[in-house]
Amino acid sequence: MSELRETPLTPWHAENGGRMVDFAGYSMPVQYEGLMAEHRRVRETVGVFDVSHMGELYLRGTAARDCIDRLVTNNVGKLATGAVLYTAMCRENGTVIDDLLVYCMDEQEFLVVCNASNRERVVAWIQARLLEGVEFQDATDDTALFALQGPASADVLRKWSEAAAVLDSLDYYHVARVSFEGHSVLLSRTGYTGELGYELYAPADQAVALWKSLLEWGKEFSIAPAGLGARDTLRLEAGYALYGHELDDDTTPYEGGIGWVVKSKKASPFVGKDALVAQKQGGVPRQLVALRLPDRAIARAHAPVFHGEHAVGEVTSGTFSPTLEAPIALAKVAASAVESILTIEIRGRRVEAETVSLPFVPSRVKVS
Amino acid sequence: MRPDDLNYTKEHEWVRSEGQEVTVGITDYAAEELGDIVFIELPEEGRSMSAGEPMGTIETVKAVEEVYAPVTGTILAVNHALIDSPDLVNSEPYGEGWLVRIAVESMEDAELMSASDYDAMVG
Repeated sequence: MSELRETPLTPWHAENGGRMVDFAGYSMPVQYEGLMAEHRRVRETVGVFDVSHMGELYLRGTAARDCIDRLVTNNVGKLATGAVLYTAMCRENGTVIDDLLVYCMDEQEFLVVCNASNRERVVAWIQARLLEGVEFQDATDDTALFALQGPASADVLRKWSEAAAVLDSLDYYHVARVSFEGHSVLLSRTGYTGELGYELYAPADQAVALWKSLLEWGKEFSIAPAGLGARDTLRLEAGYALYGHELDDDTTPYEGGIGWVVKSKKASPFVGKDALVAQKQGGVPRQLVALRLPDRAIARAHAPVFHGEHAVGEVTSGTFSPTLEAPIALAKVAASAVESILTIEIRGRRVEAETVSLPFVPSRVKVS
Repeated sequence: MRPDDLNYTKEHEWVRSEGQEVTVGITDYAAEELGDIVFIELPEEGRSMSAGEPMGTIETVKAVEEVYAPVTGTILAVNHALIDSPDLVNSEPYGEGWLVRIAVESMEDAELMSASDYDAMVG
C-alpha cells in the first residue's frame, strides 16, 4: 500500500486522541472520544471537523465563468460575487463525475471544491475542457479546510473580530474573505450537517494556528473536534448525498436525489444536458427514497430492497441515527416501487421499512 | 488491567467459569475498538451452541461484528438489559455489559487463554 497523504492537521489528530483511518488516501480521524458524543455536540452546541482532504481548484480569467458553467449542471451563469452553488458535474451520458461547490470569488475567479476521492479525475476532466484564456490551479495541497458546525458556531466566530465584522451580513451559501494573523481566510456559510455552520479555507501553513484558535474561541461553548464518523451520521440525518453512496459513475443527478441541481433551461449548454433532458422526459428509472426501520437492526449500504418478492433496489447509506435513536437509510429503488411498501433484507431477514420524507432531522442551516 | 480470573478468546471475548456454567462478554479492548454500540442481537435462551459458532451480532454506528460461542453448551440466560442499554458493553464490559450465560456441555473445542496471553495478543 502506498503512503497515506496527510493534512496539515494529521499529526495534531494523532496526538489528540484521533483514531486515524485511510479515507480517500488520506490519514484522517474517524473519531476522537466517540462518534455519538461528537454527533450530539454538533447538534447541541458546536464541533469542528478537519476536511482538508477535499480538493480546491481555481479557474481564473475572463472566460472562467463560462468555462465552469459549461461543465456543471447548476447555473453558474447567474452566480453573484460572494455566492456559492452546489452542483453536479456530469458526463455526456448524464452520470455524475462528482458533486461540487462552486464559489464566485469575483468576476474572474471561481473556486471549485470537489471530493478527495474524485479529485484526480475532476482535475483531468476540467483541464481537458479549459476554454481559451482560463488559468487552472489545483490549490488542494496549499489549502486547509475546516468545518465549524452547530448552533453555537456563529458564537465561536464572534470571538474572532475580523470574522465577527462580516458575520451578520453573511447569508447561507455565501462567502467572505477575513483576515487571520494577516493571512486571507475564506469564511463560507456552508456545511454538511444540517446545522448552522461555516467552512473555513485557510493557507496550509496557518492551519494549525487557526485550528487551535477555533478550539480556544469555542471553549465556553464546549467545542471539540469531530471525526468523519460523525460527519457521515450528521449528513445522513440531513439527507445529503455522498459520492460513492447515493452518487456514483452509474447514477444521474435525478437518480441520486439531487435532481434539483440540474438547470436544463440555463443559458449555457453543459456536458450531459441532452441525456439529462431525455431522462427527465422519458422517466427517471430509479429514485432515492428515505427509509426508517422499526427496531434497532441497521440496514447497511448494498442491503437489498424488496417490494413483495421483487428485488427493486438497494440501500446506498444506512446508519443508526443518534438524534432519532433509530436506524435510518437511503435507498435507490425502481421508480415503479417508490410508492410501495418496501422491505430491506438484513442478515437474511426481511424488515419492513417506513418511507419518510427528507430530511430525517429538520434542517437548521438558516437559523442563527 | 484486565481481570486475571477470566479466560479470553482470540475473538476478544472473556469467559468467567462458575462450576458447569460460564458467563461471556467482550473485552474492553473489543469494546473500545468497536466504538459506540447501538444494538446487540443475542441467541434465544435454551438454544444449543457449538464452540466457535456465531451466537449474535454487535452493531455500532459504523459496522456490525459477530460474536462467537466460546464453549459448547446451552444458552441459559441472555442479558436483557442490553436491549435498551447496549452502551453498557462500552461502559462496563466486564460487569453489567455481560452478554450470555451458557451451561457448558464441553470445553473440548474451546480455545481459551489467560489474561497475560490475551494482553500479549492485543499488545
